[in-house]
This record gives sequence, structure tokens and C-alpha cells, in this order.
Amino acid sequence: MAITSIKNLKEFSTNNERLEGAHLLCPGCAHSMIVRELLNCTDDNLVIATNTGCLEVSTAVYPYTSWDTSWIHIGFENAATAAAGAEAMYKARKRKGTLKDPDAPVKFVAFGGDGSTYDIGFQWISGAIERGHDFTYICLDNENYANTGGQRSSSTPVGAHTSTAQAGRVSYGKKQKKKDIVAIMAAHGAPYVAQLAPNKWKIMAKGFQKALETEGPCFINTVSACTTEWKFNPKDTINIIDLATDSLMFPIYEIINGRELNILYRPKTVVPVEEYLAAQGRYKHLFKPENRHVIDAIQKDINEKWEYLQRREEAKV
Amino acid sequence: MAEKMELNEIEVWDGNQAAAQALRQAQVDVVAAYPITPSTPIVEGYGAFVANGYIDGEFVMVESEHAAMSGCVGAAAAGGRVATATSSQGFMLMIEVLYQASGMRLPIVLNVVNRAIASPLNVRGDHGDMYAGRDSGWIQLDAFNAQEAYDMNLCAFKISEDINVRLPVMVHQDGFTTSHTAQNVRPLSDDEAYAFIGDYKPVDEMLDFSKAVTYGAQTEEDWHFEHKAKQHRALMDSYVVIDRVFEEFEKKTGRKYRRLESYMMDDAEVAIVALGATVETCILAAKELREQEGLKAGVVAPRSIRPFPFNEIREVLANVKAVAALDHSVSMGAMGMLYNEIAGAMLSAQERPLLTNFIYGLGGRDFAVDEAKRIFREQKGHADVGYITTEIQQFSGLRGPKLGFYEMKRS
Repeated sequence: MAITSIKNLKEFSTNNERLEGAHLLCPGCAHSMIVRELLNCTDDNLVIATNTGCLEVSTAVYPYTSWDTSWIHIGFENAATAAAGAEAMYKARKRKGTLKDPDAPVKFVAFGGDGSTYDIGFQWISGAIERGHDFTYICLDNENYANTGGQRSSSTPVGAHTSTAQAGRVSYGKKQKKKDIVAIMAAHGAPYVAQLAPNKWKIMAKGFQKALETEGPCFINTVSACTTEWKFNPKDTINIIDLATDSLMFPIYEIINGRELNILYRPKTVVPVEEYLAAQGRYKHLFKPENRHVIDAIQKDINEKWEYLQRREEAKV
Repeated sequence: MAEKMELNEIEVWDGNQAAAQALRQAQVDVVAAYPITPSTPIVEGYGAFVANGYIDGEFVMVESEHAAMSGCVGAAAAGGRVATATSSQGFMLMIEVLYQASGMRLPIVLNVVNRAIASPLNVRGDHGDMYAGRDSGWIQLDAFNAQEAYDMNLCAFKISEDINVRLPVMVHQDGFTTSHTAQNVRPLSDDEAYAFIGDYKPVDEMLDFSKAVTYGAQTEEDWHFEHKAKQHRALMDSYVVIDRVFEEFEKKTGRKYRRLESYMMDDAEVAIVALGATVETCILAAKELREQEGLKAGVVAPRSIRPFPFNEIREVLANVKAVAALDHSVSMGAMGMLYNEIAGAMLSAQERPLLTNFIYGLGGRDFAVDEAKRIFREQKGHADVGYITTEIQQFSGLRGPKLGFYEMKRS
């Protein structure tokens, strides 16, 4: 168990360089912050699998790679299964004594965007979690298919404009609610499931460490603000995520063994969701008078969800 | 340590059991699989061997065939021996990942127990799945009976893992006809079989952390073409290793295999080219015709479907007068795959036969010796008059009115 200190951000951010700075992610993209937090929170050897998406196309364009660790990409939907296959091979080879360094600890991690997690790769993740592979799946949730130019996913929230759920003269954008992926993954009985955000970096790093140290399949949904498709200034990424966590649009919590729910961050002052929405171009149309009801509905949903999470936490069931 | 199994000199196995035993003797590290008729007993067999201590491997029962091949890719990149099995719809679901496995040059052995493709749904044998995967970049070997299903599996690991090949290999056998028909099989002992295949030698493995490896990178117009060309070259050149492995196998067992099998072709005037268990039917027909009617009939059968034995086809058919290519699948809207590939090979030959195409046995429709004899006699008819007297593509064994396409115009 080789775990790095997470007291000082400057130290923490430079303790391991396993994702090189030379990559093609947009300026202001939160993906690399989240990935680097994962890579830096452990000294263990890492096998990383990545679904097709922004992270994959930006970090492994031949003849270059940004990854200074074992890394594999197969397709849009199957990173969880690639990690599971590698983990199975690790177990077999460890038993047979054919590993080069049999005593070095190895962790298996899969990354996917919300397109590959909530939608096209949903079944592959569900299967890998049910089978109990010792790995951690991390969703980089930017609430749209950003890699293909901003189409809706089942993670896109109500009222957001995307190229396939457009806001227009008679439409306020996406009509359907965001899928509750955390509840679904917790319902698998996975030993550790959480929703985390990179602005609360210590909470996130500790959550990642907990997942890596937990034996069995763990799932973490992370908030990854998308400067290009959410439409905000690249310098404001962390400010936008602050608004996301402080408006409780993205509550930060963990669920242990499918039951025990712990809220990991309580904003001192809860920000009205209107402020979070107003900071992003994708919600601009909601501020027309005829769409006011959508903002009210979003706020109502947030309040109800927060109430539910608190009751679950108190009930300890 | 896995326990060894005492085998009889002659075992009575069906094709599935034969393949499962080969997987056991190869001591496959990881099988990621999803069951589908008629291939299921292969992975069930592996699972039973694991459960009883005869294999020290990991049996990962995933939630779909797409995941099965995805798990195999992850496992292979982690540096060990990997195999699985599938059929039909399962194969179709796997296809995306088949291309990714070969593109990453990962050794994996896939047993394809051939079965028809829906719709309409059908569990019986034809080559619809085999044909759907023909461009997937895998070496593809064809077993015509249970013994060969065993033998080809042993050879497949050795070919796939060879440092000069490093490509995944499919071993095809016919659903039910081969997979579920008990036959005499002469196995090697566990020690002999394992010694023939050898230990797995990891190359660029993800579990060696002294050197970071990136699998499955992106290439656009600047490099993609070079990658695919190199992959094609590796597959085209793999015949050298296939031939060498077949030679070593012959030394060990006395059983001789060639990338293009030919039977009674030395003096053949007419021939059938076929794949799968049908080859044995055609051999029986040719023997009977030679004995009873003095018809010089012969049979040609690609053992290696990929790489396709282009030169060998050209040589063996050069002096034959009329040839029928039997396709156990219909390539909708075109001539059969086997017909087209043979036509392609023969077009560059100085001498070439009259070539016709038969689509037969779709969805498991029986193809018997009498029908093979009829086709041979029909070829003799073409040979005698020097032109094709029927449509170029015909359907064999189809109920209702005769179906055929393309009459040869004579000037």
C-alpha cells in the first residue's frame, strides 16, 4: 500500500508525472485535472484502460503518447472489460509465477466519459462490477458527447442545449432528466461508489485512494466541466465547478457496500442554481421569460435530491 | 499447479470436446467467454477443467460476446495465453473487437463453431459467421473433423504467439456436424502437447512496468495506411510460420497438414473446392466416382482461409478442366466468397478451368454424397463440351423451383 501525502497541493501535483503535459485536451478541460489526481494519489503500478472519447483521442495520437504507465484503449464501450481482462491475467500470472515483478502492487483503473459510461458502455461496466473484478471505474462526466461536437447523452441535464437536443423557438433544450448513475452503480452492491469533484481536490484524492485500496469493483462519477460545450471562459473551469458543487447540482458523497451513504462536502452557503446556470452558455435560453419554469423545476429537483441524500445519510441504511 | 490428465491413445470426442482439451493442454491463462450454441461446450469444458484443478487459469464469464473479446484483448495485452469460443450471432457481436485485436497484434485463439446468421434465426451450421469475419485481420484455419479441431488448436497457439506473427488465430469447425459428432481422436499426452506449443513469451506486456506501453493509439491519414499495410503484410507473410508449425506437427504426430489441402488432384479432370466437414463428403463422392464411373474427380480445400493460399490454388487447379466452388454461405447480391477468391487466383494463371459456383447447405440443410457426385458429373459435362452449360451460380438442395444466376453467353 503505497499512498502519497495529500496535504499540500503543490507537492501533490508534482509527485508523479504519469500523464505528460503534452496532450491535446482543450485549454481549461477538467479531464486532465481529474486524471492527474488519480495518477498522483498512489505510487502503485497502474494499468489504465480508457474508452474512446476526449481523453483517449487527446492523449495517444501515434507516434506520441502522454501516458507514462501501461495504457490500453479498445473501443467506445469496453474499457471496463479491458481492465477486467488485464486484472484476470494478473491473477492468473501471479499464481503461476510468470510476472516480472511479482511483489509490486498493481492497480487497475478504467476511464470513460459520460457517453461511454451512461450510454454505450453501460452494460460492460455493469458486467465488470457484477463479476467483482478488483478495479476502479472513473467516469469523467461532462454531460455530453463532447468528443463528437456536443450531442446529448443520458447524463445531459434538463434544459441544457446540445446539438441533438436543441434549444430553439419552441424548445428549451433537453427534456429528460439526467440518469442517476451513482444510485445505479451502488445498487450493484459495489463496495465503494462516489461522486467527486476536482475543485474539492483533497476529498477527491482521498476518495480515489479509498477506491484503489478497496478490494473489488469501485465506481466514481466525477464532475468534469467542459469549456467548449458548456460554453464558459477556459480560465473559469474551477469557478464553474465551485458553482456546481455549491449549488448542489453536483452533491459530493459516497455510498459504501451499496447502503451506507456519507455526504463528503456541505457548502457553507448554498448557491441558487440560477447562478450556476447563468455562468454557462448552454443554459442561456433558460433566462427567457417563457423558460423560467425550467429553472424553477431544476431548483426543485436539486432541493428534493439534497433532502433525500441527507435522510439516507441519517438513516444509515 | 494444474493436475495432469491421463488420456487414452484414442479418445471418443466431438469437435467441442477436442477443442476444450486442446485449451486445457495449452494451459490457457484467461478465457473470457459468453455461451452460444453450438460452441458453448468448449468454454464450459474450460470452466470444468478450471473447477477441477486441471487448468490454473481464470475463467471470466462476461455479459456478452463483445465483452468476451474485449476481455480477451485486455488479458492478451497483459501478457499471457488467451482463448475463447463463439458462433453465429455471438461472432457478429464480437466483430468490432476482432478488428481491434488484430490491429493491436495480440495473440488470441478463437474457436468459431460455424453457424448460420439470423434473420431468420437458425442454430444449425453454415459459414455465415466465417464469411462475416473474413476481413478482420485474423489468421483463419479450418478443421474438417474433430481430430483436426484438436490439432488446429494446438497449432493455432504456436502460430499466433510466434514472434514473427503475433496475430490472433481463428479455428473454424462446423456447428453440430463436427462440434457435436463424437469421433475417434488421437490426442498427444499433456506433456507432449505443452512442449509442442511451448511457454508463452510476453511481448510489450502491460504488466511489465519497467517500460510503459500504449495499446490502441489513434492514427489518422498520416500513419493509418502504414499501420494497416504492415498488418496485412504480417498476415500475408504468416504462411512461412504456418508451414513450419505444420511441419513440426507432422514430425510429432505423423499427421500432415497443408495450407491448401488437395485430394486425388494429381490427375483430376474435374474438382470441387469446399470448406469444413463438406470436404469429407466430397472426398467420398470423388472416390466412388473414380471407382464406379472412372471419373477423375478431385477435391481442394483451403486449410488456411486467411492467409488465402492464392498461389497454391493457381497451381493445383491449372490443369483441371472444370471446377465447382461450393459456398456454405450466400454473399448476398454477388457470387460466393470462395468462388470469387478462386476466380481471382485463376485469372492470373495461364491455363484455367471452367468455374461454377454452388450455394449449399444454408441453415444446416444436409449436403450428401449423392449431391456431390451430381455436381462432379455436371462439371464433367462442362469439361466435355468446353463451356459452362448451366447458370454460373446455382443453389444446391433448395426446395421449390431451381434457382440460378448468370448464363454464360457463347459466341
